[in-house]
Amino acid sequence: MQDRPSGSTGTQATGASPILSTLSLSKHFGGIAAVDGVSISVQRGAIVGLIGPNGAGKTTMFDMLAGDLKPTAGEIRLQGRAVQAEPAHARIRAGLGRTFQIPRPFAAMSLVENVMLGKQGQSGEVIWPNWFRPGLVAAEERRNFTEAMELLEFVTLQHLAHEPARVLSGGQRKLLELARVLMAKPEIVLLDEPAAGVNPSLLEIIIERIGALNSRGMTFLIIEHNMDLVSRLCRHVFVMASGKLLVEGTPETVVRDPDVIEAYLGGAKV
Amino acid sequence: MPDLLGLVAYGSFFLAIIGINAIGCLGLNLQWGQTGLFNVGIAGFIAIGAYTSALLTTPATTDHIGGLHLPILIGWLGAMITSGLASFLVGAATLRLRSDYLAITTFGVAVTVHLVTLNAQSLTGGSFGIAFIPRPFETYASQPAVFGLANLALIVAVVVVLYVGLERLVRSPWGRVLRAIREEERAAASLGKSATRYRLQAFALGGAIMGLSGAIHASFIGFIAPDNYLSSVTFQIWTMLIVGGSGNNLGAILGAALIWTTWSATGFFTGMVFPPEQQARAAALQIVAIGLILSGTIVIRPRGLLGERTTVSRHLNG
Ligand SMILES: Nc1ncnc2c1ncn2[C@@H]1O[C@H](COP(=O)(O)OP(=O)(O)OP(=O)(O)O)[C@@H](O)[C@H]1O
Ligand SMILES: [Mg+2]
Repeated sequence: MQDRPSGSTGTQATGASPILSTLSLSKHFGGIAAVDGVSISVQRGAIVGLIGPNGAGKTTMFDMLAGDLKPTAGEIRLQGRAVQAEPAHARIRAGLGRTFQIPRPFAAMSLVENVMLGKQGQSGEVIWPNWFRPGLVAAEERRNFTEAMELLEFVTLQHLAHEPARVLSGGQRKLLELARVLMAKPEIVLLDEPAAGVNPSLLEIIIERIGALNSRGMTFLIIEHNMDLVSRLCRHVFVMASGKLLVEGTPETVVRDPDVIEAYLGGAKV
Repeated sequence: MPDLLGLVAYGSFFLAIIGINAIGCLGLNLQWGQTGLFNVGIAGFIAIGAYTSALLTTPATTDHIGGLHLPILIGWLGAMITSGLASFLVGAATLRLRSDYLAITTFGVAVTVHLVTLNAQSLTGGSFGIAFIPRPFETYASQPAVFGLANLALIVAVVVVLYVGLERLVRSPWGRVLRAIREEERAAASLGKSATRYRLQAFALGGAIMGLSGAIHASFIGFIAPDNYLSSVTFQIWTMLIVGGSGNNLGAILGAALIWTTWSATGFFTGMVFPPEQQARAAALQIVAIGLILSGTIVIRPRGLLGERTTVSRHLNG
């Protein structure tokens, strides 16, 4: 991971190869083209926004990037490798983590164990060490517990660490997802509406934390309707409408783009 | 004091059967309680273990092939391997598909195994089954109380070892992944956990444990026949788990004790109350009693007597 200033630009040819890119990516559900030939590229170390009206195809795009949906056509390159045929569980090893628009906590499990599940390479996740090397597993568990508690503190949920995740409110669930994916130490994180349902003071904290993580080298691709968050964090945004990539550029320029205004106001124009 | 000795013999037999059922129930708990895998062919996997062990341990005979006369423990190990392997194959074929396929396939396995035990006479002895299966502590067979207690001790030892081994396994990061996959498969995948891989491990291991329970039962009774492995066995084990507490190993054992006690007590009761010619019909009351307990549990205490813990890993002493 290299250090880059927060919010370096997203797509232009700077010479460095992008950490994540797509080529003519499409997803059809029956007759609907939810995503239609979208090519984007995210530079390592950037915070990039993905915006667009409801139903534009943003989440579908994430689901393909994360391996949850197989693209109908097109290519996904992650760290220089075509990954579109690989299963979702292989993504994190390739450095890509994601959160879900509708949070998916492990509801009956304590918060701290929700977060601990994010840890990669645990010996105790294989059968044998639990029987034959319990000391090793116990030591790892202690370390992971401490790490998970720090992340819960980071998202202000430490007081609920031992409660089952089902007690959380909608906004708290979003925070838990953030802590959980960070536990996996991904190089690039896809955040699907991290601000949705999160109260304004907490939102300030999230924005600040994303910036801090980014300055330590973590790349972000963020779907968000909250333009305040987008314009403060992202130097580069992609705008989708009706499954297509409409424009890309800085937040300031795209919001003045007539096509974008049209797409948001007038129902998608293709 | 023949009466007291008789009581000891009966009591140890009764508890031993509870132990054997508890083992099967622990196997189901790994599959269903921890992992959410719906096995409706438990009797089939138990039968595979029972027949494997019988063929490995019986003395040479002309009634059926096998008869390798191997040590009993080898028979039990072999039972775990064949049942585990059968479960692995069933899992490998179906776990990638929608979850209902697993249920249908396990049901098919049970039916197929039953038909094979009935018809593959040279392998299984057909409807006559396999007799003269060597029993542990056979030399004490003339003293029923001693024989019963020795067998009970052995079975309790197996249950304890299995319980401790399973607790270490499921109250661990591995068990935590099973729970995560059961609760939110997509989230688990996004964190790098392969649902198919973990489900396959849990299903094969659970199947091996069911096979062990069949093998121990065969060695304990000394005789097996196809009718030991009807779907009522599957129903019983399921009830034990649901009543005791799905997702809790102690609950699985407790459920086995409770349901088997109810089963035996109603059997004893109907035997006393109804005249001999009504016995066959009165036996249905046993199933009614179990059904009532099952329905009562589902209504009053849907998580069973002992529920699942919020903290999975035993290393977090939560
Ligand atoms: N599994 C599916 N089957 C059929 N259509 C789908 C499916 N998933 C998404 N769609 C459709 O694809 C389109 C894009 O949906 P998507 O969820 O990607 O939008 P979005 O940009 O994330 O919107 P929002 O901002 O409201 O979250 C919508 O019209 C949606 O109805
Ligand atoms: Mg969406």
